[in-house]
Amino acid sequence: MSVRMRRLGRGALRSCVLAFYALATTSCTGSQSILNPAGPNAGNVSRLWWLMFYTCAAVFLLVIGFLIAALARTRRGRNKTPHVPDTDPDARRERRMRGVVAGAVVVTVIILFVFLVASFTTSRSLYALADPNNLRIKVNGQQWWWQVEYENDVASQTFRTANEIHIPVGQTVTLRLTSSDVIHSFWVPNLGGKRDLIPGHETTLWLKADKAGTYRGQCAEYCGLQHAHMAFVVVAEPVEQFNAWMEAQRRPAVQPVSAEQQRGQQVFLSSPCVMCHTIRGTDANASVAPDLTHLASRQTIAAGMLPNTRGHLGGWISNSQELKPGNRMPPNPLAPEDLQALLSYLESLK
Amino acid sequence: MKAEENTAQNDETTATTGAPSAQEAVPAVSLIEDQERAELERTWRDEPGLWGWLRSVDHKSIGKRYIVTAFVFFLLGGLLAVLMRLQLSRPENTLLGPDLYNQIFTMHGTTMMFLFAIPVMEAMGIYLVPLMVGTRNIAFPRLAAFSYWIYLFGGITLYVFFFLNIGPDTGWFSYVPLAGPEFSPGKRVDIWSQLINFTEIAALAASVELIATVFKLRAPGMSVNRIPLFVWALLVMSFMVIFAMPAVMTSSLFLTLDRLVGTHFFNPAEGGDPLLWQHLFWFFGHPEVYIIFIPALGFVSSIIQTFTRRPNFGYTALVLSMIATGFIGFGLWVHHMFATGLPQLGESFFTAATMMIAIPSGVQIFCWIATLWSGRPQFKTPLLFVLGFFFIFVLGGLSGVMQASVPVNLQVHDTFFVVAHFHYVLIGGAVFPLFGAFYYWFPKMTGRMMSERLGRWNFALLFVGFNLTFFPMHQLGLQGMPRRVYTYLPGTGWGKLNMIATAGGVVMTVGVALLIANALWSRRRGRAAGDNPWGADTLEWATSSPPPSYNFEYIPIVQGREALWARTTDDAPIVTGLRTNCRDVLVTKTLDAEPDNTMTLPSPSIWPMGVAFSAAVAFIGSCFTPWAVVWGAIPLFVSLVGWGWPKPKDETCDLTPVDEWSDEERRKEARRAQ
Repeated sequence: MSVRMRRLGRGALRSCVLAFYALATTSCTGSQSILNPAGPNAGNVSRLWWLMFYTCAAVFLLVIGFLIAALARTRRGRNKTPHVPDTDPDARRERRMRGVVAGAVVVTVIILFVFLVASFTTSRSLYALADPNNLRIKVNGQQWWWQVEYENDVASQTFRTANEIHIPVGQTVTLRLTSSDVIHSFWVPNLGGKRDLIPGHETTLWLKADKAGTYRGQCAEYCGLQHAHMAFVVVAEPVEQFNAWMEAQRRPAVQPVSAEQQRGQQVFLSSPCVMCHTIRGTDANASVAPDLTHLASRQTIAAGMLPNTRGHLGGWISNSQELKPGNRMPPNPLAPEDLQALLSYLESLK
Repeated sequence: MKAEENTAQNDETTATTGAPSAQEAVPAVSLIEDQERAELERTWRDEPGLWGWLRSVDHKSIGKRYIVTAFVFFLLGGLLAVLMRLQLSRPENTLLGPDLYNQIFTMHGTTMMFLFAIPVMEAMGIYLVPLMVGTRNIAFPRLAAFSYWIYLFGGITLYVFFFLNIGPDTGWFSYVPLAGPEFSPGKRVDIWSQLINFTEIAALAASVELIATVFKLRAPGMSVNRIPLFVWALLVMSFMVIFAMPAVMTSSLFLTLDRLVGTHFFNPAEGGDPLLWQHLFWFFGHPEVYIIFIPALGFVSSIIQTFTRRPNFGYTALVLSMIATGFIGFGLWVHHMFATGLPQLGESFFTAATMMIAIPSGVQIFCWIATLWSGRPQFKTPLLFVLGFFFIFVLGGLSGVMQASVPVNLQVHDTFFVVAHFHYVLIGGAVFPLFGAFYYWFPKMTGRMMSERLGRWNFALLFVGFNLTFFPMHQLGLQGMPRRVYTYLPGTGWGKLNMIATAGGVVMTVGVALLIANALWSRRRGRAAGDNPWGADTLEWATSSPPPSYNFEYIPIVQGREALWARTTDDAPIVTGLRTNCRDVLVTKTLDAEPDNTMTLPSPSIWPMGVAFSAAVAFIGSCFTPWAVVWGAIPLFVSLVGWGWPKPKDETCDLTPVDEWSDEERRKEARRAQ
């Protein structure tokens, strides 16, 4: 039994080392990953994370090493009087062990103190991005999508979009986070930690991307039926590109050109769509559902769930309950030609 | 392994029956000891049959049914977990829809926390603490019975509603406003909120009994510096329950009021605040973790001490670290709320407090390793589970330290990293020791040993399965997978690790099935255990297995910290003079355990169950109408009066002494004993 036990212990140790190794080396890529930072926030946190990871891994190996050593060494003198309890342990050994245990506690305290200081330093760096001159974006969480509003002191320069946030590379943006129903949590792992959106409170988060790219984010606080499908993308792009995007978004929707698009607009305006959606430049200006003014410019529909293609959009309009059960959009049984016309119109909303 | 082969024998001489006096005591009661045993048995036993079972106030019967019930809920919660794992095994799986999945993860969390983890720890305490402190029953035995019944009714209610598709679906934490009247219409959350009332009452009742038992009913000589570590652990846990539960009681009451009568405690539109819920809930919710974990420290201490054949190294340090954990445990609830955007100073305080709790945990781990270092470990199944505990709990503890840091926490909070972390600390820190404890005390509870071979397989499968299930979740969290999602998209790349986790879940299930098989098999066929099969040191091993209804024929006098190891001769000193024809227990002084007084404990009664039943009716009714509180108060009042109805003077002591028994009575006793 004893050999088997020892082998078991060693096996466990080996697999644990391997597992840690695997964790440390694999998968530092990905567009929704903490370990692939694309900005100073996530970067600082990941540095702190690796400090803690390697320290903790060392502590773990040490503790388990001591445990295995304890089990291995004690079996030597084991056969003497196996069942008689040793009620009066050797005083000198006890004293020695007291010293070792006290030493281990001191080391623990020192490690914790290092962690504490590292943690406070990193926290400060996160707050250092706060600046009243930052670009301000208001994100309002709703079951189960994100309303995004680019704020501007000039009211006409303000515009809304949904589930897709563009930010300029190298500039900090200030996100003002609110919720109009339940608690959600805004989280883009590649750019930084999360922040809750709490009804009745306004919270703030600062984001900065150093690298251009598309980063996926997802609601991180359980918010009901479709919490799993409340995602969004953050597109970090060079400043000129970003400014061009912002200019385009500020403009009202393009007028339909082809006959089919015109029919599509008629379908839109004469159906229940207008009860919830806005298309700037038309009579549709309700705000309980995503603003569709530039729908065709977005990468995804249904809060990051589906790629924005004609097929998905058609399926979504006809019966979104099939795709994302419980979402707030009712089924729209349209005649096939009406649906096609509507899709053509929506696809023109670049 | 050899010993197991001759397990089928029915060796009555090794004291496997509840009444050692049974055969010799009749028909002629000759020796004084036999007379006394017979009389004690008649005084303390439960009445036979279902009626007697329902009226039982014996801490051992209550403890056992409590443990079995909690274990049934553990299995139910586990099955729900398996369903979740199957659903998540691949992206866009359609096994469970969002509505069912959300009910299931809520039920899983609620079951494991409220119906398994806390109750099973209290149940172990109810069974073991009176035996370990050397007394005849728990203090307030009727309250113990009440605690069990109200817990049972609460659990049944929750599952009945779940099977009617009215299961709660807002998570075990039920954050408002999601759980408020506007976003959770229907009765689902009301059921959840009432379940909290059931379990908090059960837990508070159990804690009060345990504290009173530890403080006042210890055997003479068991001064505070000789209290077994397990008893210390249960004492600390009980105090934590008493301070933590009122917070969740308040919050669930507020939630019920918001939902039932339209108050606005949590409604921001009317001046309420959803964060109030979070503070109240986590003020309970974080200590809750330690309420579950500290009894496990007691299990680990007992098992290590017995199987290393030496006293635990650093008794005082271990006791103080448990108490410290109990205190610090109340100072870290806000680390569940870092993402809500607190002021920096507040964040820093809770970061420091959270890291601080690693110190007492470190002390515990180091002391145990020192014990193992200088002891002579015997690798029986209970010790294997404790070694598994070391591996898993240390890992979980370290990932906990990482999350104490606000910046790291903001990244991993509410992701699968956290799921991995708390399963490492709860399964590693509590369930592994609990299973070890199960193997360790099973012989005491049933009189039979569990199979070592099955035990080793049980441990190995559980250990491998556990790590396979939960280790990959760390990585999933780092790759951005949030918790409580019913599915995920293929593009996320989370599929492979989820599949591994699901496979691990299956292995774990087999491991748990082996435990059940082992318990069922060993209960009938296991090798007879004898009084003290492990050569352990605490008082529960000084009596027969299973213990007689009166626990000890004579209350032992404790002469050392390791009570049985300190006994040098067989004629250990005992307490005499307690009346055997009534339910007398010895009351001792809180600090030095010097004999102080005697007290007569109450007799069996149906009323604790009656009170629990009327309370259950009132609770369930008040999910539907506030008037249920009014109407429900009437039967509750009646049954409380029944409970407290004054008995004729010394009614419990009016039994005829044995030497005055008539022949008829002797024959009756003889039949009953057989």
